[in-house]
Formats: sequence, structure tokens, C-alpha cells
Amino acid sequence: MNIIYEPWPWYVAGPLIALVMFLLLFAGKQFGMSSNLRTMCSAGGAGKVADFFKFNWKEERWNLLVVVGAAIGGFIASQFMSNNTVEINPEIAEQLSNDYQINSAGQAYMPPELFSTEQLSNPFVLGVLLVGGLLVGFGARYAGGCTSGHAISGLSNLQLPSLIAVIGFFIGGLVMIHAIFPIIF
Amino acid sequence: MKQLVYLSIGIFFGIIMYKSEAASWFRIYEMFQFGSFHMYGIIGSALILGVIGIQVIKKKNLKAIGNQEMKLTPKNKSFARYAIGGIIFGLGWALAGACPGPMYVLVGSGYISILVVIVGALLGTFLYGILKNKLPH
Repeated sequence: MNIIYEPWPWYVAGPLIALVMFLLLFAGKQFGMSSNLRTMCSAGGAGKVADFFKFNWKEERWNLLVVVGAAIGGFIASQFMSNNTVEINPEIAEQLSNDYQINSAGQAYMPPELFSTEQLSNPFVLGVLLVGGLLVGFGARYAGGCTSGHAISGLSNLQLPSLIAVIGFFIGGLVMIHAIFPIIF
Repeated sequence: MKQLVYLSIGIFFGIIMYKSEAASWFRIYEMFQFGSFHMYGIIGSALILGVIGIQVIKKKNLKAIGNQEMKLTPKNKSFARYAIGGIIFGLGWALAGACPGPMYVLVGSGYISILVVIVGALLGTFLYGILKNKLPH
């Protein structure tokens, strides 16, 4: 039974992600997981405030279905296919524990120090989650795509703009982890 | 019927994200600390197969369902929007420890807190829509 609960190695997951991209291409769509945020804004009436949201969002309903599917997939995998712990490099786990008092590596899928429901009453944690999301949403639309749209779809199609964006993703990520985390945590 | 196809692709994607641990905050942190090959292997192997597959699609002029053209639209040429937007996205990716796909996966896995990240992402998208014409692209 272990084989069901074990995490999938990279050489299984990577090719399956490529398969998802090809399935969507053959369905006549493009793989990208952030444009649905624009669709949701538009469906919520944001077209009244900005032209960027003035489009027939009903034509983009397909990406909302992918979103619902992704959540169902997350439910199935966490309930029936996982023991919901993530083992990482022991050195990194120790560093997390020493520097940031995050002691849950190897015991949880998401650190309860940041993602437990009780922590929502902690203004600092709430701020981290909200600002993190805000930067993701703003940056993804500014750059015209996220990890899936640029790092997988765009780079697969050998798009130079996607390479610039992906280098940007990593510059931003490295600055956050190495320069900003030590200050704010 | 078509609806069911998109839903199924989404479910498949969600299971892959969760089971590969690409949706885990720990894996994102570890990636930016260069602590493991795991995330680089996932993106790298998806990319190698993606490049090969798209070359095949173009060489053989394969069509999508209903004989429509494949959506392989080239991205607009520019530097500023990709560099600045990309860096902003990266800052958020590392801060929240999640990018857009995994956010939805984690809702299904029962992490209520991720809804705050999604609200933030919607606000960020909305803010971009308002400021778009004032930003360098």
C-alpha cells in the first residue's frame, strides 16, 4: 500500500505535467493557471471599473472548470493518496527550525506555523498570506503568466519573453527567501 | 461533455501537484534554498518533453480537436513587463509559498488559510487591471 502514499518522484510528475499541457492544447486551450483570476474578477463585475476586465468571461468558463477540478484533485490526493507529510533536505529542515522556529518539516504538508486556521488570528501571518497572494496576482498579470503559463507553456514554445519572466520569478523568489525572510521572520 | 473534459484535466492536474509535493510550502522554500533537485527536476523534465512535443506539433502541423489551430500564440515582445512582473510574482511565490495552480489544489486539501492567499491574488489581479495603463510594459 505504501506505493499509493509515497510522493511521486520528479521524473513521474514532470512528464505528467507536460501531458496536462498537451491535453489542454489538443482541447484547443493553453495551459496557464493564473488567467482564471482575471476571469473571476470579470465575473465579479470588475469590468465596470477597468477595461482590462471587459471581456466575455463566459467564454473563459473552461478555466474555472480546471480550477474546480484542481481543488477536487487536491481533495482526492490528500484524503486517499497521501499521509500528508513532506520530507525535505534535513539541512534545510534544521535551518528552518533554527532560524524561523518552523519545526514541522517531515510532519506536515504545509507548516502549521503559517497555515493552521488558528494562525489566522495572528496579524503577521495574515499579512504574509495576503501580501504574498497580492504579489502573485499582480505579478502574474503584469508578466502575462505564472509558473504554468511561462515556465511550462511559454518556455516549451521557446518564447524569449517567457525566459525573461522565469528569470524574474527566480530573482524575486531568491530575494524573498535570502534577503527579506531573515528580516521579517 | 466538453465541461467534463476540463474538469477531468483539472482533477488530474490537482492530483499531480499534490502527489509531487509541488503544492507544498516546504518544497518551494527548499527550491529557493537550492536544497534539492526535486522541483528543478519536475520543471526541467516537463520542459524537455514540452519542447519536443511542441516541435512535433509544429512540424506535423497537428490540429486541436474540431480541426482548430493549436493555441500556440507567440508572446508579445517586450522586456519591462516580463522582468518587473516576473520579479513581483517571484517575491509573492516565495512569500506565500504557493503559485496559482497549487493555491486551488490546497483549497481542496482543506487548508482554509490558503483562501486568504487567493483573496490576495484576486486583489492583486484587480489592482493590475486598474493600474495597467500607468505601468511600463
